[in-house]
Amino acid sequence: MRAGAISKRQFSQRTAFSLLIIATIIVVIPVFAIVLQIIINGASAISGDFITQAPSQAGKAGGILPAIVGTFYLMLGTILFALPLGVMAGIYLTEYAKENWLTKSINLAIVNLAGVPSIVYGLFGLGVFVLLFHFGMSLLSASLTLACQALAMTVTTSREAILAVPREYREGSLAVGATRWQTIRHLVLPQAFPGILTGAVLAMSRAAGETAPILVVGAAFLLPGLPQSPFDQFMALPYHLYTVAAHVPGMPKSTIWGVALVLLVVVLSFNVLATIIRLRARQRRLNA
Amino acid sequence: MKMNTVLSNNNKVISQSKTKLRTEAVSLYYGSFQALRNISLEIPDRAITAIIGPSGCGKSSFLRLFNRMNDLIAGARVEGGVELDGIPIYDKTIDVVELRKRVGMVFQKPNPFPMSVFENIAFGPRRHGKNNVGELTDIVERSLHQAALWDEVEDKLGQSALALSGGQQQRLCIARVLAVEPEVILMDEPCSALDPVATLKIEDLMRSLAENYTIVIVTHNMQQAARVSDMSAFLMMEEDRAGVLVEYGPTSELFTNPKDKRTEDYITGRFG
Repeated sequence: MRAGAISKRQFSQRTAFSLLIIATIIVVIPVFAIVLQIIINGASAISGDFITQAPSQAGKAGGILPAIVGTFYLMLGTILFALPLGVMAGIYLTEYAKENWLTKSINLAIVNLAGVPSIVYGLFGLGVFVLLFHFGMSLLSASLTLACQALAMTVTTSREAILAVPREYREGSLAVGATRWQTIRHLVLPQAFPGILTGAVLAMSRAAGETAPILVVGAAFLLPGLPQSPFDQFMALPYHLYTVAAHVPGMPKSTIWGVALVLLVVVLSFNVLATIIRLRARQRRLNA
Repeated sequence: MKMNTVLSNNNKVISQSKTKLRTEAVSLYYGSFQALRNISLEIPDRAITAIIGPSGCGKSSFLRLFNRMNDLIAGARVEGGVELDGIPIYDKTIDVVELRKRVGMVFQKPNPFPMSVFENIAFGPRRHGKNNVGELTDIVERSLHQAALWDEVEDKLGQSALALSGGQQQRLCIARVLAVEPEVILMDEPCSALDPVATLKIEDLMRSLAENYTIVIVTHNMQQAARVSDMSAFLMMEEDRAGVLVEYGPTSELFTNPKDKRTEDYITGRFG
């Protein structure tokens, strides 16, 4: 073996290594840049009034309380519909459904559900919930629309969490004469719960950030007060951000960044919550 | 009874005890693969019957016929008869849940649930509608005594069952089965994950349980079969990998005076 050959191999090894590091850095730069930019530009807009007052002068003054509350209502409404349905479908698909063309096509549909553009969900919601069911442009229509979109996620995460429960537990339970449903209810679901919850929280944080679907089913730019019933229109942070940034002339830059900052905090705090739930569940498993 | 009067190596009169489990020309298929072929045998009540044979010969599949655990496998199909107390358990009218309450099972790998020792034992009774704490406490204590585990976990009932040693976990699993008062206990290589001391404890436990329960144990350990069992069944694979029953009889006879050349070869360690 010549010395030259070895150094050549080491050279290509080092080159590959450096390239991979550079690629990794490039991947994370935008994340930090975005967060940093939003904090720097938006922090000055954040004040007690900003998060507790209703907007005035087309959003140029006042606060964004109705948008914050509207977004929380949306998240709540979305998960209210998407979680029970998703968990039940997840249980059916993992524990009961036989492998046949029907379940195969259901699985395929769920995978594709996640790939449907969000504006298409919006139009679906407009056609079905707003017009056909006469829910009108409302919080209810928007929650149902976002729930349809979130279903792909809640079904998938429920299914994975349920599948992760060891087969040995199920067999042990059936072997003492528990029914399948008792096994699911008392053994599988408690074990799968942290995983299901993680998926639910992530689905909520995604719902908080959606703009396109709610645009056509009930989000309003400016409302004087908070929604009083599920059939009221509502404000939401991402849609508010879109309008103040693109459609209101003379809007103070710091207000725009301020809205973005609040939205980011809402979404990120839910992601962090999901991570904490997952880590604590793992910790508990290791300690047990 | 068809058998002559014989004493097992545990001095039990086997042939006079009544038949608890019976298979009649039973065959098991997984899809198009035949796992068991034409097996007929009678398992006596309140005795220990060992199923021995080389790896992959269908011992576990055979054991799982008796509590219909094979039902969980998609494509599994049973032909022929399997009876518990003369009742065909593959009949359409049979409630599988009720069957599994009468025919409990202990698995190869100890599988305590991720909950407290108490809740592990109480799991079965709770599912069968017993929710009175006093009654459950009695059941838990009785089951743990029966499984020779009480002295070791008496002060740990509230702790996680996963913190117990492997041998303790397996006895806990036996106690969990005992808590629903079964008549038959199926054991699928219950000691293969345990050290020799823990293994001996389980074997002692099996002997004491055999006074009141019918035990069927699958084991790859021939010394174990010889030590604990009253009856032994030797299974082997044929060319198409389907398991067949080669020889069945009192353990003392099968191990000292095997009738089939293949049994002799196996127990003397010539293959497997």
